[in-house]
Amino acid sequence: MSEVIKIKKGLDIKLVGKAEKGLEKADRSETFAIKPTDFPGLTPKLKVKVDTRVKAGSALFFDKYRPEINFASPVSGKVVAVNRGERRKILEVIVQSDDELQYEEFKKANPINLSRDEVKEELLKSGLWAFLRQRPYDVIANPTDTPKAIFISAFDSAPLAADFDYLVEGEAEAFQKGLDALTKLTDGKVHLNIDAKKTQSKVFTEAKNVQINKFTGVHPAGNVGIQIHKLDPINKGDVVWVIRPQEILFIGRLFDKGIYDVSCKIALTGSEIKKPTYYATLLGGSVRNILKGQLKDDDKIRVISGNALTGTQIPEDGFLGFYDSQITVIPEGDNYEFLGWALPGLKKFSMSKTFFSWLSPNKEYRLDANLHGEHRAFVMTGEYGKVLPMDVLPLQLIKSIIIEDIDQMEQLGIYEVAPEDLALCEFVCTSKINVQDILRQGIDLMIKEMS
Amino acid sequence: MKALRKFLDKKKPLFQEGGKFAKLQSSFEAFETFLYVPNITSHSGTHIKDAIDLKRTMSVVVLALIPALLFGIYNTGYQHFLSLGQLANTEFLDICIYGLIQILPIIVVSYVVGLGIEFAFAQMRGHQVNEGFLVSGMLIPLIMPVGAPLWMVAVSTAFAVVIGKEVFGGTGMNIWNPALVARAFFFFAYPSKMSGESVWIAEKADSFSGATPLAHAASLVDATKPAADLIYNTHLSNTWDMFVGLIPGSIGETSTIAILIGAVILLATGIASWKIMTSVFVGGFVMGTIFHLVGGNPYMEMILPWQHLVMGGFAFGAVFMATDPVSGAQTNTGKYIYGFLIGFLAILIRVLNAGFPEAMMLAILFMNTFAPLIDHYVVQSNIKKRLKRVKVSA
Repeated sequence: MSEVIKIKKGLDIKLVGKAEKGLEKADRSETFAIKPTDFPGLTPKLKVKVDTRVKAGSALFFDKYRPEINFASPVSGKVVAVNRGERRKILEVIVQSDDELQYEEFKKANPINLSRDEVKEELLKSGLWAFLRQRPYDVIANPTDTPKAIFISAFDSAPLAADFDYLVEGEAEAFQKGLDALTKLTDGKVHLNIDAKKTQSKVFTEAKNVQINKFTGVHPAGNVGIQIHKLDPINKGDVVWVIRPQEILFIGRLFDKGIYDVSCKIALTGSEIKKPTYYATLLGGSVRNILKGQLKDDDKIRVISGNALTGTQIPEDGFLGFYDSQITVIPEGDNYEFLGWALPGLKKFSMSKTFFSWLSPNKEYRLDANLHGEHRAFVMTGEYGKVLPMDVLPLQLIKSIIIEDIDQMEQLGIYEVAPEDLALCEFVCTSKINVQDILRQGIDLMIKEMS
Repeated sequence: MKALRKFLDKKKPLFQEGGKFAKLQSSFEAFETFLYVPNITSHSGTHIKDAIDLKRTMSVVVLALIPALLFGIYNTGYQHFLSLGQLANTEFLDICIYGLIQILPIIVVSYVVGLGIEFAFAQMRGHQVNEGFLVSGMLIPLIMPVGAPLWMVAVSTAFAVVIGKEVFGGTGMNIWNPALVARAFFFFAYPSKMSGESVWIAEKADSFSGATPLAHAASLVDATKPAADLIYNTHLSNTWDMFVGLIPGSIGETSTIAILIGAVILLATGIASWKIMTSVFVGGFVMGTIFHLVGGNPYMEMILPWQHLVMGGFAFGAVFMATDPVSGAQTNTGKYIYGFLIGFLAILIRVLNAGFPEAMMLAILFMNTFAPLIDHYVVQSNIKKRLKRVKVSA
């Protein structure tokens, strides 16, 4: 399709600390972790104990209700800890890595020659299945479904997001193999959505067996949920799957080399980083060595796995999240500001023009995690709609979730949205309402009621 | 400012659970957060947040009201000295000081009574004090006649805050604009103090007519042709005067210029909905045009459509009242319909019912009531579109 879909509603948040291309060396992380909390709605069951030896690709735990879905260790080594939280909920399974990695062996094959079931089996066995996520609900895809289509966003428009072109650089072959495997999983199309202006990499633009769609515009243009809505919206009963480019590389490598190889590049970004750049690591790696020597030490900081809108706060020696290819470090901002609501606010970012910072539209901001206010009841209207490029009424949808009106949630389009799509609504909310949390609760309720 | 912060930090435990004044926690927090944007950080969801909060929003609205307030102060003095015939030999400053002396007590009463009740309710419920009344407290004086007895202002404000807002659960939950509830209460409870000729000018000389343009216009209805011409030519032909606002009327509503400055502030900052604001004016203009073209009595025939927009509280209501996000329509399409009908109805009631010359208040309250219904149909149409898609793809 040569037609470019323009996303006009939304907001680009310009932050200080965009990663420069180039790989910085850091000591390899000694520990790696897979966190069940990265998978909403999952009830994990452990397959390993502390001191169990595992290879890269050995399952650490599986889904209690769909036992065929495994979650694999990214490295070979020894399980050193299973950290639990309240009510013995598993938070992290930590593996101490060997110096030399040993891999579980899987079948090498060209996915083009495999059947759908064979591809599925390989992905499930290897633990790569967990990268396939479905809409509605934004949870791990159900292996018994056949999706209407598969959608891949080849760019990320979130604040300080990693450049996907760079993440897949030089891996055209693995990427194509991964795509070929995906085409086996659906009767419909595999959509590869690129940024009409920014996507340069031939890995994307010359990908075969997929439909390439062009998007342009402001965040959330890169959110796959928005792209689905524009291309082929989800109706009740529909299931589509989504996956991210770096994860397609993992699938490609599996079929290519027969191993679970989740080495990847991540972007280290944010205003509190001395030299924002990229690092080579493996999925689930500890961020301690990466952050070493990179932190500016004047303020209390917050380390986020993912971007500043949808990421998860992790400790300074925490682990990279399962679906993340970015670390953002921002100031914590837990300080009081004298008459802050009344000052002109040249350094404050706001979608409204109530702060004079709108006079300099291209300025990059150093934003912290302060709420800049207190939680309030809904007062303002029309804010959410300005940053959600969908034919969905976000305010009404959120209200229907708060009152737990299942019918209305369905009618107002809860199947079409994922929390990340409404992240900007939460960002701009004058009343500081936790939109993403509320939406996730609504989705959980839907899953419970519909199953 | 560090000393102040230290002082607050030291006193804070006294107001928290287990402290000596734990019951006053809401009040303490209200003052603390007024002085300092609190140190709360996000714990889930987006890590960064837009810098705007309700305090900022509300203070922008109050700022937008300042031109109307200042003009109201001047106009109060102006009308007073005009009625006494002393305008020519009174200094500008004296006019302002006189106006200030008249108006300040009304503002103080409105804020003290309203905030007092808000604090009491927040305290009782263990809630935080909401910023909503910062705006209502300024709106109420501006839509009162300058001759309003203070105790009546106090009773109206109390009624508005309790019945208009708190019984629904506080700011964000109310179905009518609280300031208009105050005015409606005043209007129906003490009609003699909000109509007639004597209430719009402070300490008016008896011989001077203090009728508002709206009253003059209403008197056109039954007038014979020559009488109507006389009324029109003496009182209503000068649209510019009404636009500038040196006419009798409620304190803040007279000057369309001052109101438009406020409108510019509200629209430029993105606080008020331009959809509502413009559609109110369009609605009023359309109804005015219909009356002007169809005719029926001298009021309809003689008043030009744009004159309707600068008379009485129309502009003030359109800019500051109809755009209240809580009591107005919430959907984008709904906002156009809601605004249009406010303007349309305001002029309709004003012209057809001589008993309610100031129809803007009633039109807005009426449409406040219907805003949820409008939204309901807009939401239904969104739902229908979604259902239709299923059939098409099936």
